[in-house]
Amino acid sequence: FKALSAASPLTLRIVAECPVTKARACDLILPHCAVSAPVFMPVGTQGTLKGITVDQLEALGCQICLGNTYHLGMRPGPDLIEKANGLHGFMNWKRNLLTDSGGFQMVSLVELSEVTEEGVKFKSPYDGKEILLSPEKSISIQNSLGSDIMMQLDDVVSSTVTGPRVEEAMHRSIRWLDRCIAANKNPDKQNLFAIIQGGLNAELRKACLDEMTQRDVPGFAIGGLSGGEEKNDFWRMVTLSTDHLPRQKPRYLMGVGYAVDLVVCVALGCDMFDCVFPTRTARFGSALVPWGSLQVKHKQYAKDFQPIDPDCQCPTCKRHSRAYLHALFKSDTAAMHHITIHNIAYQLTLMRSVRQSIVEGRFPEFIRTFMKRMFPSPDQYPSWAVDALASVNVTLE
Amino acid sequence: MKLELTRVVQGRSRLGVLKGLGRTGQHSLEVPGCLLHTHVGTVPHLTQETLHTLSNLTSVTQVTLSNIAEHQEVLEEFKDGFRKFAGLHDTVLYCSLHDPATPCPTGYTTNKTVSVWGSGGRIELTVAKFMALQKTVQPDWYQSMADGETWQNNTSRKRVRKSVDRTLAHLDECLLVHQKSQELEGVEMFGVVEGGDILEERVRSARETAKRPVAGFCLDGLQMGSMDRALRTQLITAVTKELPEDKPRLLQGVGQPDEVLACVEAGVDLFESFFPFQVTERGCALCFSFDISPDPELAGRAPHAVLGLDEERDTAGETQQNGDFNLEDQTQMTSFEINLKDKRYQDDFRPLVEGCGCYCCKNHQRAYLHHLLVTNELLAGVLLMIHNTAHYHAFFGALREALANDKLDLLKRRVLRESGRQT
Repeated sequence: FKALSAASPLTLRIVAECPVTKARACDLILPHCAVSAPVFMPVGTQGTLKGITVDQLEALGCQICLGNTYHLGMRPGPDLIEKANGLHGFMNWKRNLLTDSGGFQMVSLVELSEVTEEGVKFKSPYDGKEILLSPEKSISIQNSLGSDIMMQLDDVVSSTVTGPRVEEAMHRSIRWLDRCIAANKNPDKQNLFAIIQGGLNAELRKACLDEMTQRDVPGFAIGGLSGGEEKNDFWRMVTLSTDHLPRQKPRYLMGVGYAVDLVVCVALGCDMFDCVFPTRTARFGSALVPWGSLQVKHKQYAKDFQPIDPDCQCPTCKRHSRAYLHALFKSDTAAMHHITIHNIAYQLTLMRSVRQSIVEGRFPEFIRTFMKRMFPSPDQYPSWAVDALASVNVTLE
Repeated sequence: MKLELTRVVQGRSRLGVLKGLGRTGQHSLEVPGCLLHTHVGTVPHLTQETLHTLSNLTSVTQVTLSNIAEHQEVLEEFKDGFRKFAGLHDTVLYCSLHDPATPCPTGYTTNKTVSVWGSGGRIELTVAKFMALQKTVQPDWYQSMADGETWQNNTSRKRVRKSVDRTLAHLDECLLVHQKSQELEGVEMFGVVEGGDILEERVRSARETAKRPVAGFCLDGLQMGSMDRALRTQLITAVTKELPEDKPRLLQGVGQPDEVLACVEAGVDLFESFFPFQVTERGCALCFSFDISPDPELAGRAPHAVLGLDEERDTAGETQQNGDFNLEDQTQMTSFEINLKDKRYQDDFRPLVEGCGCYCCKNHQRAYLHHLLVTNELLAGVLLMIHNTAHYHAFFGALREALANDKLDLLKRRVLRESGRQT
């Protein structure tokens, strides 16, 4: 079912709300197709999901995936992509795309020259030239990419940083949000999401939430987390954020992708997630399963003739055994592709099951079953997860 | 297996069908044709899904002991054969000794053993171990153990003679074991013709091998080194003259289109398809034309599109000819392909080959492939492997059609014009 809202390129329909936790099941109507939430969005950094064709991605049921403004802005550049009919045309992906602003890469990847009110100045890794990524420039690139959801350029500070820099970054992110909104050439086709900052400081976060929710943006991301901070601080900032975000707009928790984190943060009220972990770990032979992960390259699987997960319906598990994949890793790159397919299937299936349980009013039960399967015994449940779930009325054993 | 020839052109080039393949005999393979090159049963870069975007896939999948030998213990525990282990589609399984795309170190062959190199290093094979492997792999057809280490420069006559003698001895031993094995009932074996670059040895090897009860013949030791092409063709012609007409001839290690044509004319029926893989690995796409259909628009002057392709060919050839254009160095770019990393493809929004029906050409453009290669993305290998395999298969289809319609010369001129070489 595809619908393009005449008024806005994003419509959120809340299909069900969990009466116990803060979880919701929604339909997110975007320009290219409807997206069932809660949703995990695989990351296709450079205009491709590593080793997977768009047909394979579509067949797995993916309705939205990510592209990376920083990488694509460098190579092949916005002008070429515009000539190719946007990123959709360039990679031939017919469903939805979300692009981040390039802000995170400024911090994580490149030699940071300077952050000023103007924007982020950095050195290009390809020719050493200095480049300024301003809110206007980031939006301009994203307009050329033509993504269905664009992210504002935020002043990104590592979650382990404390002190006045965090407050400065929070305020600047608000000002940059306004500049991004003003710079968006395609408000009727491309959605611009704000990104809530404030680090691990509740006051700063609250201040940011108060300000940003006054802007009429179609959705909000919770940023500045998932960067190595203590999990105890992490979940508290997530739940504080969802407490103060409007019900009728999607909540996108950036950089979250471990199964436990996904389930808990859905309970805390988040709708959308992205993370490189499932696809990256696949290339190292790590297959995600309901009871953790399986290192296919390890000797113990050389003669294991079961599929990765006997209950999994993905193409890899329907055809191949752990032993074959183990052998294949010694000979061909296709081994990585098989695990990538499996891991994406795992993530998407997990979210589908989460959504179904919310729709059917049994999400708390789902959470308990999920945790039991994932951890050998209750004393191994991560305490942050136990606390976070307790905060939304779900008690684990 | 049964070879049914429909035409023999000028007493040499054969057209037909190899029938009765596989355990139940329900598969067939058109000849001249190619096998499907794999690593441990997987076409490089491809999963079964991406593989099956290809229509008209050849019915025979090739696996090599150099990939498989190290997994012998695993296969023995699995018990149900390699096909099932790899989750293969319904295909005929052919097992060769070496991987044609990976030359292996020389100097390790003895009177009783040959060596293959797996991911963990060298594995030495006696006939006993070789046959034990065949019993666990359970192919539909395999080549007998052989000593083919004669492709280097200046291999001595003595060494060449040894390779022929050893290969015949291995063949006889393999046959003995084969005939006694229940596990290998219904499985076919090919004898291997050796002889280096020495005509008399080639003829001797062919005659002797032909006396044994084999289902067909592999022609080995002709793949690399500095062997003159004319000499190679001469040797193959002399060999096929000694071989029975009703049994297939598989040439190992030769895959470039112009060489395929020359070798078909010398009496070869089957080829390995490692060439599209090599092209893929250097980030290139096959695009040589094999279209000889009489199109009124094409008569007289070639249309712009065709000229355009030729221009690419010529300039590509030029950049190669700065140094040595070493014909035998199979890792070097040939004139049958375009190098998609080249800047000129950055904003080229055409498919790899106009009119190619493969998944890559139907869905993607040169500019996208260029981007994937420049950014070292894994998808480049997937898409190029699909296209190159499709193009190569289609070439063989065109070859068979040319043979059927007496148009082989026309095809040769078309293909060789692409390469800028004379016949």
